[in-house]
Amino acid sequence: MFDFGIWTSWFNNLLTGCMPGWAATLIECVVIGVLVLATYALLALFYILYERKLCAWFQCRLGPMRVGKWGLLQVFADMFKILIKELISLKGTDKFLFKLAPYLVITSSVVMLACLPWGRGLQIINYNIGIFFVLAVSSVGVLGILLAGWSSNNKYTLIGAMRSGAQMVSYELSLGLAIITIVLFAGTMNINELVYAQNDGWFIFKGHIPAIIAFLIYVIAATAETNRGPFDLPEAEHELTAGYHTEYSGIHFGFFYLAEYLNLFIVSGIASLMFLGGWMPLHIPGWDGFNEVMNWIPSIVWFLGKAFFISYVIIWFKWTFPRVRIDQMLAFEWKYLMPFSLANLVLMAVFVALGWHF
Amino acid sequence: MSDIKERIRKICPSAVFEDGEILFVEVSEPEWYGFAKALRDDLKFDLLSAVVGMDWKDSLGVVYYLTSTSRNWEMIVVKVAVADRENPMIHSVSDLWHVANFQEREVFDFYGIKFINHPDMRRFFLRNDWVGYPLRKDYDANPEINPIRLTDEINEDDSVSYVEDKDGKVKAVKKNVFEKEDYVVNIGPQHPSTHGVMRFRAAVDGETVKKVDVVSGYIHRGIEKLSEGMTYPQILHFTDRMDYMSAHQNRHCLCMCIEKALGLEVPRRAQVIRVMMDELMRISSHLLSFGCTAMDLGATTAFFYGFREREMVLDIFEKTCGARMSMNYNVIGGVIADLHPDFQKDVKALIEIMPSRLKEYHKVFTGNVIAQNRMRNVGMLSKEDAVNYAITGPSGRGSNWSCDCRKKHPYSIYAELDFNEVLEDGCDSFARYMVRMREIEESCKILAQLVDQIPDGPIRAQVPKLIKLPEGRWYQQVEASRGVFGVYIESDGQKNPYRVHFQSPCFNLVGVMDLTCQGYMIADLITIGAALDFVIPDIDR
Amino acid sequence: MDVKIKSMKREDFKDNEYIDKLVEELNATGANVVVGKLDQLINWGRANSLWPLCFGTSCCAIEFMCLGAARYDMARFGFEVARNSPRQADYIMVQGTIVHRMAPVLRRLYEQLAEPKYVIAAGGCAVSGGPFKNSYCVLPGVDKILPVDVYIPGCPPRPEAMFYGLMQLQRKIKVQRFFGGANRKEKIQEFFAQHPEEKDKY
Repeated sequence: MFDFGIWTSWFNNLLTGCMPGWAATLIECVVIGVLVLATYALLALFYILYERKLCAWFQCRLGPMRVGKWGLLQVFADMFKILIKELISLKGTDKFLFKLAPYLVITSSVVMLACLPWGRGLQIINYNIGIFFVLAVSSVGVLGILLAGWSSNNKYTLIGAMRSGAQMVSYELSLGLAIITIVLFAGTMNINELVYAQNDGWFIFKGHIPAIIAFLIYVIAATAETNRGPFDLPEAEHELTAGYHTEYSGIHFGFFYLAEYLNLFIVSGIASLMFLGGWMPLHIPGWDGFNEVMNWIPSIVWFLGKAFFISYVIIWFKWTFPRVRIDQMLAFEWKYLMPFSLANLVLMAVFVALGWHF
Repeated sequence: MSDIKERIRKICPSAVFEDGEILFVEVSEPEWYGFAKALRDDLKFDLLSAVVGMDWKDSLGVVYYLTSTSRNWEMIVVKVAVADRENPMIHSVSDLWHVANFQEREVFDFYGIKFINHPDMRRFFLRNDWVGYPLRKDYDANPEINPIRLTDEINEDDSVSYVEDKDGKVKAVKKNVFEKEDYVVNIGPQHPSTHGVMRFRAAVDGETVKKVDVVSGYIHRGIEKLSEGMTYPQILHFTDRMDYMSAHQNRHCLCMCIEKALGLEVPRRAQVIRVMMDELMRISSHLLSFGCTAMDLGATTAFFYGFREREMVLDIFEKTCGARMSMNYNVIGGVIADLHPDFQKDVKALIEIMPSRLKEYHKVFTGNVIAQNRMRNVGMLSKEDAVNYAITGPSGRGSNWSCDCRKKHPYSIYAELDFNEVLEDGCDSFARYMVRMREIEESCKILAQLVDQIPDGPIRAQVPKLIKLPEGRWYQQVEASRGVFGVYIESDGQKNPYRVHFQSPCFNLVGVMDLTCQGYMIADLITIGAALDFVIPDIDR
Repeated sequence: MDVKIKSMKREDFKDNEYIDKLVEELNATGANVVVGKLDQLINWGRANSLWPLCFGTSCCAIEFMCLGAARYDMARFGFEVARNSPRQADYIMVQGTIVHRMAPVLRRLYEQLAEPKYVIAAGGCAVSGGPFKNSYCVLPGVDKILPVDVYIPGCPPRPEAMFYGLMQLQRKIKVQRFFGGANRKEKIQEFFAQHPEEKDKY
C-alpha cells in the first residue's frame, strides 16, 4: 500500500536540507494551511453539489443540469455570487459578535477537518489524544451558532439559537459516549493507532454487537450535531424562516452554509475512522489474497469512499424524514439515546474484559 | 316549516315572515339577541352558516343563515336592520356561535356596524388607519383618501369592545390584544408555511403558544365590492381566484346560484361534466394539501410525490379547459367547452394509478413514526367546537362531524352517486390529514362511476344575452375542497347584483387557530395550520 | 456581442431590442480586458445562481411550486435554493396581487434583500393589478413601489413562462457591470427618486 509519508518526508528533507529548522517548519505550516483551506473549499463545494444531485434523484428530478456539464459548475457560480453579495449590517445588533459568529463556526470545522487521517501517512498531526481533541473542537461550533442567534437581535434567530444550544449540548453526550465505547475497545485515543488497530478488521466487525449499536447511536447523534434533518430544528425553514442565520447575508451566510456541509463530511469521516477503519482497506484475517487486492486501492480512496457513503445515508434520511419537535427531540436524547449509550458502554466494557470479540 | 313558524311566533311575536326556498324572518334589533339565543337553544339551530353584512341604503343590517344539524340540516334566514347610519350598532352573537367572532369583524370592516359585547372590535381586512367603510353604497373610493401607504400600521395591539351595561347603555372599552409582558412572535405575512400571506402573532411562553392573534387582509382584494359593479357573467372569474384549489367547485356554486334565480335547467351532460371536474379538483387540492403538509413538517420528498400526481390532474384540466389553474370552465347554464377526446382515457389512467400512489404516500410519509408523533394529538378540536366554529369540510369531518354538503344538501347529480362520507374520530391533525387522503379514494370512486356514463347532449342551456336576475335573495352551498362554500346573491332586478357575498370555508378555519394552538408548541402551530389547510385568498377575498 | 443562454437561440427570445440597447450602453463606456473578463465571470456567477425569495400571495405561488416540483424542476437552472430569509435571496418574484396592507411589507422585504437584487412581477396582478385593478385596495402593479426587472404576464403564468422570464432576467444580469459605473444601481436610484418613500424606522 502506497505510503504518502514518502512524499511528506521527502518534502521535509528538502526544506531542512537548505534552510534552518524553524524556517522549514514555518514553510510547512503555510503549505499545509493553504492545502487545508483549499481542500475545505473544494470539499464543501463538492458536498453541496452532492446533496443537491442526490436529493433531486430521490425526488424524481434531475437537479442542476444547465451550468456546465451535468451542472458540475453550478456550485462555482453560487460561490462567485455569494462572495460578492452585499454584507448587510443591521441596526440594533451586537456588531462584533455578529461578525465573529460565522468565523467561529467555520474555524471549528476547519480545525476538525485538519485532524482527520486522509490516507496512509497523510495526516497533519498525530498525537495521543487526537479523537478527544476533535470532540473538544466540535463544541466551539455551537458557540458560534449561539452567538449568531443572540447577536442578530431577532426573535426567530434567538429561538433557533436556543434550540441549537439545547440540541447540540445534549446530543454531544451520546456522540461522546459512542466514541468512548470504541476508544474503550481500541484502548487508544491516538487517531493513527486507531486506524492501525483496524488492520485485521474494522471495529464494527471486531466489536460486533456493542460496536454496531455504538455506530447507530453515533450516526443519529452526528445527524443532530450537524443540524440536519430530521433534527434540523435550529434552521427549521418552515418554522423559523432560516433559524439562527436568518439575518446573515453574503459570505457570512456562505460560511454557515459551507460549515454545515463540511460538518457533514467531518462527522462522516469520524464515523469511518472509528467504525469503518478510516483509510484502512477491508481486511479479512486469513484471506491474504483478498487483502492484497484491497491494498491496491489507494488509502485516500478508501477514506473518502467510506465518508461519502455515510454522508449518503445521512442525506437520504434528511430528505425522507419529517422534522421532529423540540420536546420530542430532547426526550429522545435524554430518555432513550443517552441511557442506551451508557448501557452500551458497560456492555462493551464487559465484552472487552471477557474478550468476547475478534 | 310551519311548525317552526309557530314556535318562532311564540318566541318573538313581532317577527316578520317571508316564505321562500328558505324561511325568512326579520326581527328588530333590540329583540335580536334574545331571539338568537332561543334559536340556538330551543330550536336547535346550532350552526351559523353565513353572516352577510348589508347596506339597504335606508338602513344597514346583517343577514344570518342558520342551520340545524340535528334537524336534517334545515335552514333559516334572519334579517336584522338598523336605520342609524352614523353609529349603527347590533348585538353580537359571537358568544352563541363563536364563528361569528371573525364574521362580525368582517361586517364591521365593510359596513362600520359595531357589534355590542363583541370581545375585539378591530378591523379585519383593511389597515387600521383606513378611512371609510368600502362596501357601503355611499363609500368614497377617491384614492387620495386612502393612498398606498408604505408605513407600518401603528397601534396594532389596540382594540376596543362596546360593552352594554345593566341599564342598556353602551360604552366603548379600550383593550389590548396581548398582555404587557407577553413575548410575541410574529409569523407571517411572508412566511414559508402560512400557505400565503397570513399573519399570526403568537404570544409564546418558551416554545409554548399562549395565544394566537390572526391578522388577515394581506391579500384582501375587495372581490365582493368589485362584483357589485359587474354583470353576472363577469363575476364568475373571481371564484376561480379565491380558493384557487377549489376553482371548479366555487364556480359551480356561483353558477348554480344564478341558475336557481333564473330558473334555468342545466343539461345532464353539463351536470355530469361539472361533477367530474369538481371531483378532479378535489383530488388535485388534496394532493397539494398532502404535499404541503409533508413539506411543512420537513419531509420534502413527499411533497414532490404529491405534485407528481397532481400534474396528471392538471393535464386533464389543461386539455379540456385550456389552463392549468384558473380554468374558467363553468358558465351560467353549463360549461364553456366540450370535453377533450382524451378526457375519458386520462381520467381512467388517473383512477387506475391513484390507489398504488396513495400506498406510496402512506409508506413514505403517513407511516413514518416522526410524522405520526408530530400530528397525533396535536390541535385537538372537539365535535362541539367544530360545529360552533362552523369548521366544515375535511377538517370538520376529522372531528367526526358529518358535514358533507354533498350528502346534506345534495346538489347537481350527487344524490344519484354512490360514495361514502369520510369520517375520522381522532379530532386531531392526523385525523384531518387522513380524511383528505381517504377522500381522494372516494373522489376516484365517483369518477369511476361517471367516466363511462357521460351522456350525449348539449353542454350548455340556452341563456339570455343579458342576464338579469329578478328581485330577491338566493343562497347556494356546495362542498368545496376545504368545506362548505356558500354564495349569497341579492338582486334588485338590475344586470348587476346588489350584493354578492362569498361564504368561504377557510374563513372559518382560520378562526379556530387560536383555540387549537393554545398550549401547543410553535412547531405545532405549523402542523395545525397545515392540517387545517386554509387557502389565504379564500379567507381574504 | 450577443448575450448567450444555454440551448436557447436568439430567435427564441421575443424582445431582443432592449437587450441590444443594454449591450450598447455597456460597450459605450468601454472597459479594459481584465476588468471586462472579471465582470463576465461575476455576471456568469450571478446569472446562474439566482436564489428566489419564497414570496407568493396567491395562485401564481402554486404555479411557482410546480416550477420547483419534479416535472419542471427549476433545480436544473440552479434556482431551487429558495431562501425564506430575504437576506440570502437574490430576487423577489412577486406572485400574486399586492394589496394596500401588503405594500409596506413587500417594500420592506425588497429593502431587506442584499445587493444585487432583482424583482420579477409574475402574473397579471403583479404586473398591473390584473382582474382586481379597479378594487379599492389593490395596487395596480408592483412597479408602483418597486423597480421591476422582468414582467411575466399570465393568470397565472405557466411554468414555462416563468422559466422564460427567469432566462430574460439572466440575460439582463449578463450585461451588467460590477466594476466601474454600475448601470443598474443608477437606475434603481432614479426609480426611488421618482417614488420617494416616507422615511421611517426601517
